[in-house]
Amino acid sequence: AQAFSGAGSSVGDEGSKVVYSFCEHCFWRCGIAAHVRDGKVYKITGSDHHPLSQGKLCPRGTGGTGLLYDPDRLAYPLIRETKGGKQFYRKASWDEAITLVAEKLYGIKEQYGPGALAMLHHGYGVSFFKNMFSQIGVNKYAKPSYDLCCGPARQATVLTYGYPSDTPEGFDMKNSKYMVFFGTHFGENMHNTAVQEISEGIRNGAKIVVFDPRFSTLAGKAQHWLPIKPATDIAMMQGLMHVLISENLYDKAFVEAHTVGFGELWDSVKDMTPEKVSAITDIPADAIRTVAREYAFHAPAAFVHSGRRTNWYGDALQRIRAIHILNALVGNFKMPGGVVAFQKFPLVQPPPTHEHPAYEKEVHSKYPFFPDDEPSNTIASHEIVQQAISGEVKGLLIYGVNLPETMTLGRDKAIEAMKKAEFVVAVDVLPSEVTGYADVVLPECTYLERYDDLDNGRAFRTPFVALRQPAVPPMYDSKPGNQIAKMITEKWGIHGAFPPSVEKGLDKKLKLVGSSLAEIKKKGVLVMPETDLYRKPGEPLNLKTPSGKVELASARLKAGGFDAVPKYTAHPEPPTGFYRMLTGRKPMLTFGRTANNRFLGDLATAKENEVWVNNRIAEKHSLENGEYVHLKNQDGVVSEFPVKVKVTQRIRTDAVYMVHGFGHTSAKLTWAHKRGASHNQLISRTEIDPAMGAVGFQNNFVTFIKEA
Amino acid sequence: MSNKKNYGMVIDTRVCVGCSACVYACKQENNVPEGYCRDWVVQESGGEYPKLTMENRSERCQHCENAPCVTYCPTRASHYAEDGTVQINRSLCTGCKACMAACPYDARYVHPEGYVDKCSLCKHRIEQGLETACVSICPTGSLNLVDFNNMDEKTKELLKGKIVYRQKEHAGTEPSLQWISASNKPGA
Repeated sequence: AQAFSGAGSSVGDEGSKVVYSFCEHCFWRCGIAAHVRDGKVYKITGSDHHPLSQGKLCPRGTGGTGLLYDPDRLAYPLIRETKGGKQFYRKASWDEAITLVAEKLYGIKEQYGPGALAMLHHGYGVSFFKNMFSQIGVNKYAKPSYDLCCGPARQATVLTYGYPSDTPEGFDMKNSKYMVFFGTHFGENMHNTAVQEISEGIRNGAKIVVFDPRFSTLAGKAQHWLPIKPATDIAMMQGLMHVLISENLYDKAFVEAHTVGFGELWDSVKDMTPEKVSAITDIPADAIRTVAREYAFHAPAAFVHSGRRTNWYGDALQRIRAIHILNALVGNFKMPGGVVAFQKFPLVQPPPTHEHPAYEKEVHSKYPFFPDDEPSNTIASHEIVQQAISGEVKGLLIYGVNLPETMTLGRDKAIEAMKKAEFVVAVDVLPSEVTGYADVVLPECTYLERYDDLDNGRAFRTPFVALRQPAVPPMYDSKPGNQIAKMITEKWGIHGAFPPSVEKGLDKKLKLVGSSLAEIKKKGVLVMPETDLYRKPGEPLNLKTPSGKVELASARLKAGGFDAVPKYTAHPEPPTGFYRMLTGRKPMLTFGRTANNRFLGDLATAKENEVWVNNRIAEKHSLENGEYVHLKNQDGVVSEFPVKVKVTQRIRTDAVYMVHGFGHTSAKLTWAHKRGASHNQLISRTEIDPAMGAVGFQNNFVTFIKEA
Repeated sequence: MSNKKNYGMVIDTRVCVGCSACVYACKQENNVPEGYCRDWVVQESGGEYPKLTMENRSERCQHCENAPCVTYCPTRASHYAEDGTVQINRSLCTGCKACMAACPYDARYVHPEGYVDKCSLCKHRIEQGLETACVSICPTGSLNLVDFNNMDEKTKELLKGKIVYRQKEHAGTEPSLQWISASNKPGA
């Protein structure tokens, strides 16, 4: 037998050290071990100590060195100036840049009130800027990813179970026997822990079912790949409910004891026979029956996964509600292999050292089911964009969001918003497109060069709190967000809002839970024992829904004027010769975060995006595999750059697919510039979820323009 | 138990998602120059819509027991190491590429510094009781480092009842990489 040790250890390097921290290449925030030699990070591996990595890491995590040593990094503060009608950026000192930012932001707040300032943010360093803004009463924050990605899942879980969904999503994947996915691309989404658990499930004999218009990597592992017609998922879910109920396959005892609204649910699906659903979804009726029966057979060690990037057509809240109803019908709640609620580390927040305006519960969003308990989002990101266009928001702080390439309301609206705003400050690591629209650009150092706040925002089997700490000091004249926010706040004459040093602040928080900064620095994480995830027979659920039960029908939604149970509605169809534009990602890339990463971009499969075209459609348009075409959308928007055609059987004839995050226009991103085509540029139509305000963008259609 | 080692890998393609973490980890661990790699990922799909199949595989030097690269190397730079792996002695290598022509698996490249390079099965790590960089990082657990002379129970259990193959067996190279086929049925 072999006795090999794990990944974190470094090999025979004199004078080298390992620094434990957590990753910033995606929201999963895995634990990393940064291996440092001669003052340089030469290798990044998965932390053996961190529950979300367990020694393993995805390519993007490894690729942190490609960000740290990116030759295009922002090196010093920049201020925009106009001379002779021409705009340019000049190098500025930190004091000059901070003074200007502090004066402009404060001036806007004084003249128009705190509601005229807003922040768009993405990334874990933002906490310091929230604290900064809170000192002058600004509480208008939005994380675009919430609207585009996980927001509907969060609110659907609140409405159904009474608690928000989390990361990792609450599914007991490794113990499941039957996992059903709707268009979610684990394996292409390298969500480390989820991929580890799915793999363990497969090794243990689990069956996988994938509904997806595209034969994804996960579909390649499925017993049933069901190439569903795009935009018809809710009909499919209703069809599965119909079979479960009409064939008496559902868990009657669970439904009776722990749910409300069964009658209303049955009324809404009783006409959704497999035959009717087959006509809508393009999936044979027999296959619908088979999946429903197998799902019930394997339950409760079976689930339908809620996915991650959930907002497709503006009805995602109801689509995820339908998924949770499918889960509730088979009684998999808090059962091995079913739906579970992971716990977070109970970090105690020290009392605020400084009084600030009382706005804690204020939500600025006009959408009735926008969350009122999500501290990172008090308004939808597109509402901020709209308010900047309308003039209600005058000043924007954009932290780590490359707004022109972010799917808030499409590229043009994003640019219009930044042009209309009186003052825009961008805090970023790279000269991404957004920095070209800012009045002041503040160069933050990378996550490998700084402390951030403690991370107890991830729930898992073993609750934990993780440390982000610098592996190397900041390069160039870049600074950590914690210092930038503190400098601005102190320019306002507000002292004491931040601890004397970020280290002292972290140490104080850790002392409240009986640890210290010195202790957590050793392994980068404090881990609690495994929690009990499963319910006992007869145990009441005590859910925080209005009924205290799982809400198959939601009285809250009904009172708000929405359907109490999810109902399929038809979405627009592609015009003749056009194809629905679907999107996803490559496993080694995270959109803007990795677009300019030369280390990750080195593999042939990472260098550009392709447009996937069904072989019959390619023939119809005379497209050859590997040729370059421009894409044109339904509103006449033509892609700035050409994109390579991938002719494949792996996609339906009514859709095409392209990975998001390519086609960068900023020439300062010397690697990413002109690689592939921008998916974002082709979004000119968005559908906002009327219940919770998230953005759907899959009702955009494209056709091909062949190179002359 | 045999005192003589015979290292190779069992690669479970049922779980591999082709993420390429193995490739990047190898590049960092072994300081592989930009534009080159010692391991790589293949995604193979077949069948007719909608009955499609897929296999994802991480590939590398197969550390053959009857290695053509060793046979055809005129300077004995390519050689069998004690632990059953195939290694290259850089100081003996003239970069003549005879080994590259002989290798049926296209596992070698000419390093910009002039010698031929390939997967060493992280010999420097194995010697210290560590797994290879690719095995250590793999989020799916697809990659397994195995001493085929002393196979552990976990590996035996993993292989039991499965469709397992070796690549280009007809070439007679006796490769030390074994692949659990993606065509295995759930719970096989």
